[in-house]
Amino acid sequence: MADEKKLGADEEESRFPGRVSRRSALWQLGAGGVAATTYPLVSSAQTLPGTKGSDTDEAMIADAIPVTLRVNGKLLSLQVDPRTTLLDCLRESAMLTGTKKGCDHGQCGACTVHVNGRRVNSCLSFAAMHENDEITTIEGLGQPGNLHPMQASFVEHDGYQCGYCTSGQIMSAVALLKEPCGPADADVKELMSGNICRCGAYPNIVAAIQQVRQRA
Amino acid sequence: MDTFRFIKARDVSHAVQEASRSTTAQQGAEIRFVAGGTTLLDLMKLEVERPSQVIDINHLPLGNVEKLPDGRLKIGALVRNFDLAHHAIVQSEYSVLSQALLAGASAQLRNMATTAGNLLQRTRCVYFRNTALACNKREPGSGCSAIDGDNRTLAILGTSSSCIATNPSDMNVALTALEATIHIQNKKGERSIPIDDFFAVPGSTPQHENVLEPGDLITYVTLPASRPGTKSVYLKLRDRASYEFALASAAVVADVVDSKFNRVRIALGGVGTKPWRSREAEQALEGRAVGQSVFREAAAAALHGARPHSENGFKIELARRCLAYALTLATTAA
Repeated sequence: MADEKKLGADEEESRFPGRVSRRSALWQLGAGGVAATTYPLVSSAQTLPGTKGSDTDEAMIADAIPVTLRVNGKLLSLQVDPRTTLLDCLRESAMLTGTKKGCDHGQCGACTVHVNGRRVNSCLSFAAMHENDEITTIEGLGQPGNLHPMQASFVEHDGYQCGYCTSGQIMSAVALLKEPCGPADADVKELMSGNICRCGAYPNIVAAIQQVRQRA
Repeated sequence: MDTFRFIKARDVSHAVQEASRSTTAQQGAEIRFVAGGTTLLDLMKLEVERPSQVIDINHLPLGNVEKLPDGRLKIGALVRNFDLAHHAIVQSEYSVLSQALLAGASAQLRNMATTAGNLLQRTRCVYFRNTALACNKREPGSGCSAIDGDNRTLAILGTSSSCIATNPSDMNVALTALEATIHIQNKKGERSIPIDDFFAVPGSTPQHENVLEPGDLITYVTLPASRPGTKSVYLKLRDRASYEFALASAAVVADVVDSKFNRVRIALGGVGTKPWRSREAEQALEGRAVGQSVFREAAAAALHGARPHSENGFKIELARRCLAYALTLATTAA
C-alpha cells in the first residue's frame, strides 16, 4: 500500500492521455448534472476548469457572493451561492474531494475538517461564514510519500475497509490529539463517536489513534 | 427558486435591526441568526426551516465567559459548547453544566454549537423533521402524527393534545437546575428572563417554543453565584453509550448539610416538552435526610403528572430511576 503511488487527476491525464479516470468522469457529470438539480442547499455551481457554464449554471449563481477562503494555506477566491455549505464549496468549487459527503446532516462525521485547528462538520456550515478562517482538509495534512503520522498509523493498523469515512476519521483523530482526552481506549471511543464507520473498522481505528498518542 | 440573502452583522444593533423585520422569531421565521449552524442548516436542508435571510452573528463580541463582581457567571451567547464545558470555573463550580455539555452531541458539534444556539435547539421528533407528515409545531393545525405514531423517544411531561415533542438539549436541563437567566437584546433595549419562563409548553400553540419576538437576540446567559459545598450531577440514559439523545436525564444541584438536603434544584431531560424543572421533587427533598427511600419519593413526585403514549410508557420508570440514581451520585460524590 505504502509504495503504491497514487496519481492525482492531472498527473494521471498526463501519463495516460485521453484516459477518463473515475474521478474526472464524476467531475464532468457534476458540472452539468448534479449542480443543476441539487436544491435547496445548492452546490455552488462554480464553473469547472475546462467546462463551459450552461444557462442553468449562470441562473443559479445570479445571487452569488464573493467568498475568500484560506484552505491548506492557500487563498481561494470563489463566487458561491450564499447557501453553499463549506463541504460543497470544498468539494465542488475548490475541487478538494478528499472531504466526503455522507449524511449531510452532521450525523456521520465523513465531512470533518479543521477550522482554526478545531474539528467541525463542514456540512453544517455556510462557506460564507469562514472568511479569514484557517481551513485544513485531508489534502493539507499529508501527501503520498509524506504522510501525517496519523495517516501512516491508519495504514499500519488497517483502520478502514471501504475508506469512505477515513478522511473524516483521520481529521477527527488529528484534532483529538490536542483535546483533553483520558488515556483509555474508552476515552478515545467517546471522543470519536461523531465519526461513523459502517464497515466497523473501529477496533483498528482506536489502535491507530492510540499508537500515535503513545508516540507523541 | 427561493430568494436568499446572507449578511454579516456589524454589531449587535445591526443584527437586531435586521432581524426585527421578520414577522416571527418562532417556527418558520423569514429571518434567522446563524452562529454554529448545527440546527439551522440541518433544518434548512430538510425544508423544515426556509428563511429568506440569514444573519451571521459569529463576529459579534459575545464569546466570553466571565465572573461578575457579584459572583454570578456571565456566559456569552457565542461561547462554543466545547469551551464552556472545559472552562475552569464551570468545571469546578458548575460541574453539572460541564457534564451535560460533554454528554451531548459529538466533539465536532460541540466545537460548533453555541450557548444561545443550544438553548434554541429544536426537537428531534421525526414528524417535525419530515415535511410530508402532519405536525402542529411545523404546520399549525395540520395535526400531530406522533400521538398515535412513533413516539418512543417523545415527551411524557408538559404534553398537550397538539404536541408531545421532546426538548432534546442536555445543556438546557443543567441550566434549568442552575436557575440560569437568559438576557435578550432588541431594538427597545434589554430584558432578562428566568430560564423556566423562557421556554413554553406546547398547549394549543406548539409552534411557539419560547418568548422570543422578532428582533430579539440572546446576548448572554447568567448563572447565580455558586455556593460553597454544592454538589451537582448530570446523569443521562440513552440507547447507546455516546452521541445519542437522552431517553431520560436528570440534573441535580444539591446543598447537603449534616446529611440533610438544605437546598436542592432538580431538572429532567428527555421526558419533557421543555427542560423540566421539578419543584415537586425539590419539595419532597427539602429538609429531609439523605437516603434511598427519600430519593424514591422525590422521583415518584417528579413523574406524578406524567402521561404516557403508545410506545413511551417505559420512560416513567426510567426517569424515576434516573433521578433516584442521580441523587445517589450527588450525595455520595467526593
